[in-house]
Amino acid sequence: MSAALLPLFVAVPLMMAALLVIVGDRRVIHTVGLLGTMIAAVGAAVALVIEFRSGGAIAHGISSWPFGIAIPFVADMFTALMLVVTGLLTIVCSWFAIASGRAANVYFAPLVLVLTAGVNGALLTADLFNLFVFIEVMLLPSYGLFVLAARHKGTLQQVAGARLYVTLNLLTSTVFLIGVGFIYGTAGTVNLAELAGLATTDPTVAISGAVCLFALAIKASVVPVHGWLAAAYPATSPAITALFSGLHTKVAIYGIYRIYAVVFDGDSRWLWIGVTLFCLTMVIGVLGAVGEKTTRSILAFHMISQIGYILLGVALFTFAGLTAGIFYLLHHMIVKASLFLSTGAVEVRYGTGEIGKLSGIAKREPVIAVAFFIAALSLAGLPPFSGFVAKFTLILASVEAGQIAAVVVMLLVSLVTLLSMLKIWNGVFWGDSKASNSDDDAPAVPAAPSPSGGVATKQAPVSSATAVAEWPRIGMALAGPAVFTAAITLGLGLGAELLLGLSAVAAEGLLDTTAYVQAVMGS
Amino acid sequence: MTVAITAGLLVFGAVYLMMKREMLRVILGFILLGHAGNIVLMAAGGTSRRDLPYGSPEDLSTIADPLPQAFVLTAIVIAFSITIVMLVLAVTGNDDDDTAATAQEVQE
Repeated sequence: MSAALLPLFVAVPLMMAALLVIVGDRRVIHTVGLLGTMIAAVGAAVALVIEFRSGGAIAHGISSWPFGIAIPFVADMFTALMLVVTGLLTIVCSWFAIASGRAANVYFAPLVLVLTAGVNGALLTADLFNLFVFIEVMLLPSYGLFVLAARHKGTLQQVAGARLYVTLNLLTSTVFLIGVGFIYGTAGTVNLAELAGLATTDPTVAISGAVCLFALAIKASVVPVHGWLAAAYPATSPAITALFSGLHTKVAIYGIYRIYAVVFDGDSRWLWIGVTLFCLTMVIGVLGAVGEKTTRSILAFHMISQIGYILLGVALFTFAGLTAGIFYLLHHMIVKASLFLSTGAVEVRYGTGEIGKLSGIAKREPVIAVAFFIAALSLAGLPPFSGFVAKFTLILASVEAGQIAAVVVMLLVSLVTLLSMLKIWNGVFWGDSKASNSDDDAPAVPAAPSPSGGVATKQAPVSSATAVAEWPRIGMALAGPAVFTAAITLGLGLGAELLLGLSAVAAEGLLDTTAYVQAVMGS
Repeated sequence: MTVAITAGLLVFGAVYLMMKREMLRVILGFILLGHAGNIVLMAAGGTSRRDLPYGSPEDLSTIADPLPQAFVLTAIVIAFSITIVMLVLAVTGNDDDDTAATAQEVQE
């Protein structure tokens, strides 16, 4: 693929978003426009992966300005893999949103497209200030999506969650911006290629870079700055939670990987800070989940815990560690989305995700139950799913790097993760469907599938003995996304060789950034 | 030095306002913090060793660095738009803009 086509990853979704706003409220055009653009983006990203199968990088200076003036867009294996998986998740979550009636708002498709443009831009850019801009492009539509609801159907919970979400993200962005300012002041450039390795020689650049990494760590919700995620994510609708979990924190993680590899050149002096913080993240995240009462808040805390695993890869900064970290990142994006989507399907249809208010879903919804079960086991790291491969390679890498404490933490946290997944399984999926003994409590008429999960809870409070038999069952369209992502994790577990090989190429590119830097310099 | 002190004072005010419960004060805090960030960006261009950004300087090597000014311009526009989003969130929902209520309390 020609390097000059890279900007299209950003331009096409933006143009399509504008077009869909002009077209107005025409459902079919919106659906076709959204999914068509996303499928094209995933196709192009797959072409990039194939091109980079033996390493290398391509770059393009926007508008063909000379190097140093142009904003460079650069792609290597790591970027390409991220583009594929983020694109795939956007498709799956949009599918879920459409099936759950969430996409009924005229602005849904345009906002998702702008979000995609921001994510793609943040992944592709090799300019720190431009990274800030693209993170903002990614966040602004997110604020809209967070509170998006059908007319008069928005909830106060959404508003409270959005207030937290917006303030937190603005704080992070401002800190990142100040970090970029410091980098410009100390190094005289914000171009990643020119900054390559500078933090190892110049301590002032290292401190400035650390401010940027700190901001990205807040966005990735690393302990001790993790509290916002578990409070904000469950407040919106299931489709949006799944979408954000797949895209936002992961772009921040990508940024941490990239900046530490390029600017700090994997400086081994600071790695112990990472190992300590990320082990703490694993433990505190998983313990936080113990006290939670709804499926989505449990899953949000698990996300924090898993982010510790993913980032441990960069804290080891060995070939094996980076390979495992990248594999873990890609696996986690898919599995987490699958969990949010399967429990989200239950929440959308039965009006609540609270543990103990539902039971016996497994009997009524075997398909969703199996999808949840597969993803849950994969998250905990049991074979033959992708989670096993991810954890196994990461543990091997830690042993190789001599971080035995980290290995012990990982194994213990896996056990608690499994317990937590069983809690959801027992509280929601298992048991009798209490249909026969609770006729009085059951709503007389099953509430219509609500566009936003939270509303149904209010209108038809689900009693402790819900007559699930009264409710319409989850259709194939709603169950599809969860089943599809669960199938991917099974496929990645059985055929891990392929993705491990690709992750190894990506890790190679992070260990030796010459190809990346050369490509940007030559653009 | 003036620039550094100004930025410090702005951050001081911003942190104070962000500790408050009311959304509106938090927003005002963010406006101050945004300004502090902009001043840091301006300082990154070397305000101490360069001339004014306007007029016609004799020596082109001491003319103000235009790149940080472009950064600041972009940052101002972004901060402005997010401020509007936050103001909308402050007036949406209940009659007050108290942010202390947790999601559960709101639901009840």
